[in-house]
Amino acid sequence: MTPLSLALTLIFVIIPLLLSKTLRLGLEKDTLIATVRSIIQLFAVGYILKFVFESDSWIYILLMVALMIFAAVQNARKKGKSIPGITWKITVTIIAVEVLTQGILLGFSIVPPEAQYIIPISGMIVGNSMVLSILFLNRFTAEMEAHRDRVELILSLGGTPKQAIHAQLTDAIKASMIPTIESQKTMGLVQLPGMMSGQIIAGADPVQAVQFQLLILFLLLTTAAVSSILLGFLSYPSLFNERMQLLREQTID
Amino acid sequence: MDPYTPAIHFRSVSYESGGKQILKNITGSYPAGKITTLVGPSGAGKTTVLKMCNGLLSPTSGEITVDGRPIREIEPTTLRRHVGIALQDAPVIKGTVWDNLALPARLQKKELSRKDAEGWLEDVGLGKEYLNAKATELSGGQRQKVSIARTLVNQSEILLLDEITSALDRTSRREIEELIVRINRKYGTTILWITHNLEQAISIGDYAWVLMDGELIETGESSLLVHPADPRVAQFVKGGSE
Ligand SMILES: Nc1ncnc2c1ncn2[C@@H]1O[C@H](COP(=O)(O)OP(=O)(O)O)[C@@H](O)[C@H]1O
Ligand SMILES: [Mg+2]
Repeated sequence: MTPLSLALTLIFVIIPLLLSKTLRLGLEKDTLIATVRSIIQLFAVGYILKFVFESDSWIYILLMVALMIFAAVQNARKKGKSIPGITWKITVTIIAVEVLTQGILLGFSIVPPEAQYIIPISGMIVGNSMVLSILFLNRFTAEMEAHRDRVELILSLGGTPKQAIHAQLTDAIKASMIPTIESQKTMGLVQLPGMMSGQIIAGADPVQAVQFQLLILFLLLTTAAVSSILLGFLSYPSLFNERMQLLREQTID
Repeated sequence: MDPYTPAIHFRSVSYESGGKQILKNITGSYPAGKITTLVGPSGAGKTTVLKMCNGLLSPTSGEITVDGRPIREIEPTTLRRHVGIALQDAPVIKGTVWDNLALPARLQKKELSRKDAEGWLEDVGLGKEYLNAKATELSGGQRQKVSIARTLVNQSEILLLDEITSALDRTSRREIEELIVRINRKYGTTILWITHNLEQAISIGDYAWVLMDGELIETGESSLLVHPADPRVAQFVKGGSE
């Protein structure tokens, strides 16, 4: 893209601004902030990536990935405030998913061990792991609020915490994984995935783009399953004490 | 000193939660093989007392013993099978009456036989045709009976009942009262029964605990409810059974 054509893309910002103004939607300020932020953030990432790719150093790659994980955890932890120690539980979950998937990708030489592959793929894995964690925590805390009496019933009949929470835990795990599975069913029919579209626009062979997209889709299935299940099994024990009692509502911080 | 053997004994039991003193230094016993009722206004701490008896809650200070053994030394699942509880709203799990009766056995990785299930249902006055009924579609009284039958599956020696008749009509209430007395006589089960209904406490209970604002202010034979010594109890009795 030439600088001129890049500047012309701002037309697509001006249209919603004008619409908002004439219809008094009051969205001008937010639209402007969003525009400025995305320009700054994306260019910053672009230059950082360029630097990391050129330096070709493992330290910088690891640093990038660590930064992504840190940001993802900050985002997701807000949803699990009622679960003690949720911050490190999400951290462990995301790191485990990242290590598992990159281990397979690099271990079997599915992708070359280069920053150009590792960083964007990590971004997708960490981002999705974060979304899955949020979906899981939302559902799990809602289930626990609605069905405390069932959990307590099973404890009262001599069940263990694991038996008591089994139904709520599996419901929350399943519910959080469904969007990932469902969206893959319509993939390519309703919409072209963003990454694939980007590659095709940038001039890649469409079949090659499809191959990469499939890799990502399958990776995201593993990401979804491992994130929810691992976070689930890390989370539920802290809702009970060593006397197998369901702890009363509490919040960290 | 006591004229009876205590099945459960509270010694200076206090409980605090959220900065609030919910039970205040309670000392008292539940006689083995008897029916003891727990009466008092709502919010007095009755449910809290009950949940402590089977280890769903632990005292902040003091000690509770079951058959002379401190509760905290008993493995929780063993304790909870020994001291069964029918919770206030008779929660049931999704599925049939059979699924609900089989639950306590399944939790121990055991199978309940059809014949045993029919026997437990009979104890609570339900025919075997109920086994295939959807638990969530039963009436309040029937659900309460299923909930009681479910606690029988564990063959608990002590049974805790939390306001199991307060949401029921007169007929169902009578039926439940009768079946609890029957279970008490047939198996020698120690019963702890929370009730709002003083008439019920006097007619069914052998003993009574009067709880107010986290304090145990009277204990003794049920007749104490007829002529209470403590003015606060007298006031509560006069106020009727809400
Ligand atoms: N989950 C809880 N967390 C904090 N306080 C509670 C909780 N449940 C009950 N309480 C408080 O404990 C007190 C006694 O409650 P409870 O034992 O249920 O009384 P009762 O059964 O006599 O109505 C009440 O003041 C109630 O507000
Ligand atoms: Mg209560």
